[in-house]
Amino acid sequence: MKSYHFRILKSKIISVFLTLFAILSTVPFLLVLYFIIKNGISVINWEFLTSLPKPVGEPGGGILNAIVGTTILIIIALILAVPFGIFTGVFLAEKGDSKIAFLSRLVVEILQGVPSIVVGIIVYLWIVKPMGHFSALSGGVALGIMMLPVVIKSTEEILKLIPREIKEASLALGVPYYKTILKVVIPAGFSGILTGILAGTARIAGETAPLLFTAFGNPFLNFNILKPISAMPLLIFNYAVSPYEEWWAKAWGASCILVVFVLTLNIITRLISKR
Amino acid sequence: MTDIVLRTENLTASYDEHIVVKNVNLSIPRNSITAIMGPSGCGKTTLIRCFNRMHELSPKAKVEGKVILIEKNHQIEEIDVYSIDPMLVRRKIGMVFQKPNPFPTMSIYENVIAGYILNGIKLKKSEADEIVEETLKKVSLWDEVKDRLHKKGTFLSGGQQQRLCIARALAMKPDIILLDEPTSALDPVATLKIEELLEQLKDTVTIVIVTHNVGQAGRISDYVAFMYLGELIEYGPTDVVFTRPRHEKTEEFLSGKIG
Repeated sequence: MKSYHFRILKSKIISVFLTLFAILSTVPFLLVLYFIIKNGISVINWEFLTSLPKPVGEPGGGILNAIVGTTILIIIALILAVPFGIFTGVFLAEKGDSKIAFLSRLVVEILQGVPSIVVGIIVYLWIVKPMGHFSALSGGVALGIMMLPVVIKSTEEILKLIPREIKEASLALGVPYYKTILKVVIPAGFSGILTGILAGTARIAGETAPLLFTAFGNPFLNFNILKPISAMPLLIFNYAVSPYEEWWAKAWGASCILVVFVLTLNIITRLISKR
Repeated sequence: MTDIVLRTENLTASYDEHIVVKNVNLSIPRNSITAIMGPSGCGKTTLIRCFNRMHELSPKAKVEGKVILIEKNHQIEEIDVYSIDPMLVRRKIGMVFQKPNPFPTMSIYENVIAGYILNGIKLKKSEADEIVEETLKKVSLWDEVKDRLHKKGTFLSGGQQQRLCIARALAMKPDIILLDEPTSALDPVATLKIEELLEQLKDTVTIVIVTHNVGQAGRISDYVAFMYLGELIEYGPTDVVFTRPRHEKTEEFLSGKIG
């Protein structure tokens, strides 16, 4: 009887411990959110979102250049990573046991582990050096490379979950293989693929390192992808290391917007994948 | 001489050197129900998958021998199934699978005409409406779903989904539909409904059904083939095979000694 109570007690202690650690692990994120909102929210207003930075000492000014920059960089990254990612993912799901698939899967996994600063340097060598100057295009390419493994992996995983019967049903209706892939398999995995794209976007939105030698940053509004462009994380970095107190405040404000953006993307991703 | 719709000549099928169907010669009469029965793994599914060339989709699959489809429009035309485009074959010989598999992204309406949509065959709205209504009536699903045609097909019950899949195959106006154990995932009530349905359908289409359920073969088929270890052991009118089997193995199977 004694050992029975002891056993129950042991289970209780363990389960209290586990709960405690689960709660503890949320603390860092909540602290980050708390400080960012506390310091950032007071800076954010309409002018902050819609105007360009002003020189130090002049009051007002905003981060429109960085918001536009990050938007353009994400669009370039999506244009590159989405088609490549989806088609590679389809290939891996369809011809998963071929030699090329084995190699490709290996490379994708390694790519996922390559430090982002290295991706930045590689793109610098590929694009910035031959062109002779920094550009939004090179930044978008660097971010696209960062995003690619996420899109490939999520496409492959979701397509593997689609029952073979669905594909066979289409083939048995006399639908050619390529149409079956485009009209049946990919639509059936659409929500999963979309989840991967959103998760990939969330991942790259805050990347700073790959942009240091590529997009470079730009205090002016720029829509030309062949010229240097600003980005939220770059702006935060430059402002935070500056010696001016008013710039620190702006860095907090920009951080707040970036975090809320990434958080929203993650929540949408969760909602879609739950459905 | 009975009116034959499909004939195999020395049909042999294998996966990766492993022979699953051995030298089968079979003639399927038009507008009848032919059941193919036998224990699991005897090659019955592979046999019908050779008819509409689905077998060759499996990696390392091989087919030898001939499958001849006999079409009777204005004149009788013999088509060697393996000499034409497999996509064409599969439109002439439809298939219904073991597990109901309506397209998850499509509505009930779209599922019925999926063969047209996915093949890019344009239909006028009135034509599409007509095909949907007519086909759903044929599978006695119309009254159950006519108010929710634009809802997803996956919300239906298993039996309804399976009838929807039969409708999807019928909508292409095939000569034959192949059913691969279509009721093995369904409850007895839904099974009975499908069996009744097949009886009604045989006036318009030839039905080949694979089953490992002896009772089902006996209840619905006009002709029955018994397969064992890849070989066609016995084939004939159901009442003859069930009452006076010529082969010992058939008798053992029918009486439950093997299976």
